[in-house]
Amino acid sequence: MPDTSAILAHLTATQEEAQGLEHGIKADEWERLVTRLERKPNLVELGIYSVMWSEHCSYKSSRRHLSKFPTKNARVIQGPGENAGVIDIGDGQAAIFKMESHNHPSYIEPYQGAATGVGGILRDVFTMGARPIALVNALRFGDPSHPKTRSLVAGVVAGIGGYGNCVGVPTVAGETQFDAGYNGNILVNAMAVGLADQDKIFYARGATPGNPIFYVGSKTGRDGIHGATMASAEFSEGDEEKRPTVQVGDPFTEKLLIEACLELMATDAIQAIQDMGAAGLTSSSVEMAASGGANGEGIGVVMDLDKVPQREEGMTAYEIMLSESQERMLIVLYPDKIDMAKAIFDKYDLSAEVIGETTDTGHLVLTQFGEVVCDIPVAPLAEDAPNYDRPWNEPPKRTPLDSAAFDVPADLAGTLLKLMGTPDMASKRWVWEQYDRHVMGDTIDSSQSGGDAAIVRIHKTNKALAICSDCNPHYVSADPYEGGKQAVAEAYRNLSAVGATPIAITDNLNFGNPEKPNTMGYIVKAIEGMAEACRELDFPVVSGNVSLYNETDGTAIPPTPVVGGVGLLEDISKSATLKGAKPGDLLVMVGGIGTHLGATQYARSVLGLKGEALGTPPAVDLAVEKRNASFIRDLIGAGLATAVHDISDGGLACSVAEVALASNCGAIINVSPELQGFPASHLHAALFGEDQARYIFTVAGDAENALAQFAEARPDVPMLMLGSITDASDGLTFAVDVRKDQTFSVGLDALRSANEDWLPGYMNTVD
Amino acid sequence: MKTAVIVFPASNCDRDAQDALAQVTGKAPAMVWHKDGIIPEDTDLVVIPGGFSYGDYLRCGAMAANSPVVKQLKAHAERGGYVLGICNGFQILCETRLLPGVLIRNASLHFVCRPQRLSVESANTAFTSAYSGSSTVTIPIAHHDGNYFADDATLDRLEGEGRVVFRYAAGENPNGASRDIAGILSDNGRVMGMMPHPERAMGGNEGGADGLGVFLSLLNAA
Repeated sequence: MPDTSAILAHLTATQEEAQGLEHGIKADEWERLVTRLERKPNLVELGIYSVMWSEHCSYKSSRRHLSKFPTKNARVIQGPGENAGVIDIGDGQAAIFKMESHNHPSYIEPYQGAATGVGGILRDVFTMGARPIALVNALRFGDPSHPKTRSLVAGVVAGIGGYGNCVGVPTVAGETQFDAGYNGNILVNAMAVGLADQDKIFYARGATPGNPIFYVGSKTGRDGIHGATMASAEFSEGDEEKRPTVQVGDPFTEKLLIEACLELMATDAIQAIQDMGAAGLTSSSVEMAASGGANGEGIGVVMDLDKVPQREEGMTAYEIMLSESQERMLIVLYPDKIDMAKAIFDKYDLSAEVIGETTDTGHLVLTQFGEVVCDIPVAPLAEDAPNYDRPWNEPPKRTPLDSAAFDVPADLAGTLLKLMGTPDMASKRWVWEQYDRHVMGDTIDSSQSGGDAAIVRIHKTNKALAICSDCNPHYVSADPYEGGKQAVAEAYRNLSAVGATPIAITDNLNFGNPEKPNTMGYIVKAIEGMAEACRELDFPVVSGNVSLYNETDGTAIPPTPVVGGVGLLEDISKSATLKGAKPGDLLVMVGGIGTHLGATQYARSVLGLKGEALGTPPAVDLAVEKRNASFIRDLIGAGLATAVHDISDGGLACSVAEVALASNCGAIINVSPELQGFPASHLHAALFGEDQARYIFTVAGDAENALAQFAEARPDVPMLMLGSITDASDGLTFAVDVRKDQTFSVGLDALRSANEDWLPGYMNTVD
Repeated sequence: MKTAVIVFPASNCDRDAQDALAQVTGKAPAMVWHKDGIIPEDTDLVVIPGGFSYGDYLRCGAMAANSPVVKQLKAHAERGGYVLGICNGFQILCETRLLPGVLIRNASLHFVCRPQRLSVESANTAFTSAYSGSSTVTIPIAHHDGNYFADDATLDRLEGEGRVVFRYAAGENPNGASRDIAGILSDNGRVMGMMPHPERAMGGNEGGADGLGVFLSLLNAA
């Protein structure tokens, strides 16, 4: 037995402003703390304040702007504020989903950082009573030539696979991009989607006084102490030394925890439940107390930390409260259900202990070695957390890029091959082949076909969820308002492209240091742009995460607000992918001929432009988005489309190439300026421009009349006959000047190798 | 046909196996929790599903092979009952010595999930009779440790006795398995282990429908 009196003296010693600063509590926040508490805190209390008031937990820089998001529509059951968002998908069922970042830990320790990111987001979803049915991840790495990039890619991908594969939830979609702007701060955003019955959804709120607090899952160790605080500060050289603040994942225990929790949830034992994520036992207990009470008035909590299952000896109250050990949950049980609950966790060999109870005091009271080591009111920790109106500067406006100032390249075939092989456009097979995409048996379409959105059947039904993740940070850098709009619109488009009705989004807002007015300006404008798109498209935000301070030595990441979209397919037989095009099909485009090269893949990779010179991003007309998406959904619903793809990165030419690769077919595409009515000097923009709200689709050759009839009823939607689908051996042939009989052609094998070879070649290179 | 699925801690294809068996037999299989150790007496077929039993800690399948249920599993096999081990189930069968050899880490060192072309080496088994006439099928794989390894004498014997049931299609070996072996039989032909996941290829999803034959064959045999 250690000398408990010395430990207690250390824990209960009164702290001063200097110690506050060491805990990331700034001078004004110290004032606020002491005023609210009416005394100075002791060490345990200071630790608790520091994590609860960290950016990561309190959203103190973004909260007032996040309130601009629309969060409701006819299908939203639970918007932001709980562990995850909940939407009604009919037949008494609900989809529960959220996206969350694990950026800082993944840079320091890529395998464990990414693995625990997956574990954390899964817990957010099954805490609410949902069985997780799909995982998605949005990854952004530094320049491929940066010395750390290769090992970070390898570690992150292995970590995501190592965790997701073991727990048995399919990883069905994702994105992987590279840019020098992420050299010092990679982004690892993970999204989980779960399925629950609407009458079996569980919340953190609603606990009432006098009930036992039940701790389940892994034992508490010293790992991850102050992870939330680390995630709320900039990096500087040598921060790899912060490794001890990265948690270690145990997917085996997570899998058991999922099964045990779902088994307990099938009974009526749980009053409230919260996973122990960032700031572990502190945030879970404080959040349940703050949102407790029959009317959400808040309750108190008393916990005896000696009863907390511990992995190592001699842990102090401070360490126990701040540990971010993984795979733990906190449950408020009904008192007569303790034995039954213990029996369920015993079946799975998981720790389960009653460690305290809910009270009516409104205070968080903690004891260790029989002494009170913390007694603070709950309300100031949660609702009363700082809420800043950070000063911000209007982001600079760029001059639009003048396409006409750049010649149409002589070698268009080579240009197409080059684009298809750029790090951002290249096939990510090397990544997604390391993820189990098929476990649970409901994956209808995944990354495997390079589609716009994954399609995951709702078990034992003929319905499915469509799931995607999207952001183009180059657009957001160029114009955060339009770029924010675009991220939401692209998710809307991707869900529509498989035939699904878009329902709601989760977001993961990744930015630099909000205390810098220039960075804050991007945060504000991106949120406003996203909010406008969400409003106009009836596509609200139901959950999300903000990751700030993604900045190293004063350089921030490109602003990256990632959108995770979820839509509903009422009938799987009425869906579309990239895979179904057949020789003899007609190839059709919705939306006009491309005109916009600013901030595009072409401008970056072919013209070699950077920064300001890239110009403005394509504008998003939300009314047109809505109209064209509805056209595409109806077309798929009518059973006319054999394949559908949106036109995004790399423009029309790359979109056709992706369909050809997925369907293993060739195509003849007419983009002759003469025939399609645009100046020949704009041929590059017609082929590679990224104008928004556009799609290509194929229909069977004998369905031409049916298509004409379908289109006749929608005269306001611009539809252009582009050509036809041919045999794979014919490759792609683009007619670029009908008068002079000029064409350029690319063989399918050359295209496939341009697209497939880059990433494995890169990863298998030894420095 | 009466069937059972053994569920180990962190089995994760147990429900998929359950669905596949229900689809083919029209009856729900018994789901046997490993700690309970009881396989219903008149069970014709026991499926050991894929997953990461005990997190693959120590060695794939090693801890599951020492679970209480294994005693009855061995008794079932000794009686001549059918056993199908898929992926982690194959690894467990090797660890229990119901099948020879061992599955080691993929030669690439990476987990690999992909549609996999397989050649059906023999349609003259209880597990493959429905494949007669089709030499190549595509069934998804998803594993980190699927590299089948045994000494040459064992491999020769397996081949000589017609106990290599599935091989990875020529030139498409995903994991470095000896002699492209994807699935093998016990000497009495009643126990099969295979790395590919037939239960993920029952029609109606990305896995295709080529796995159905394994279950239809068993339905005929039992």
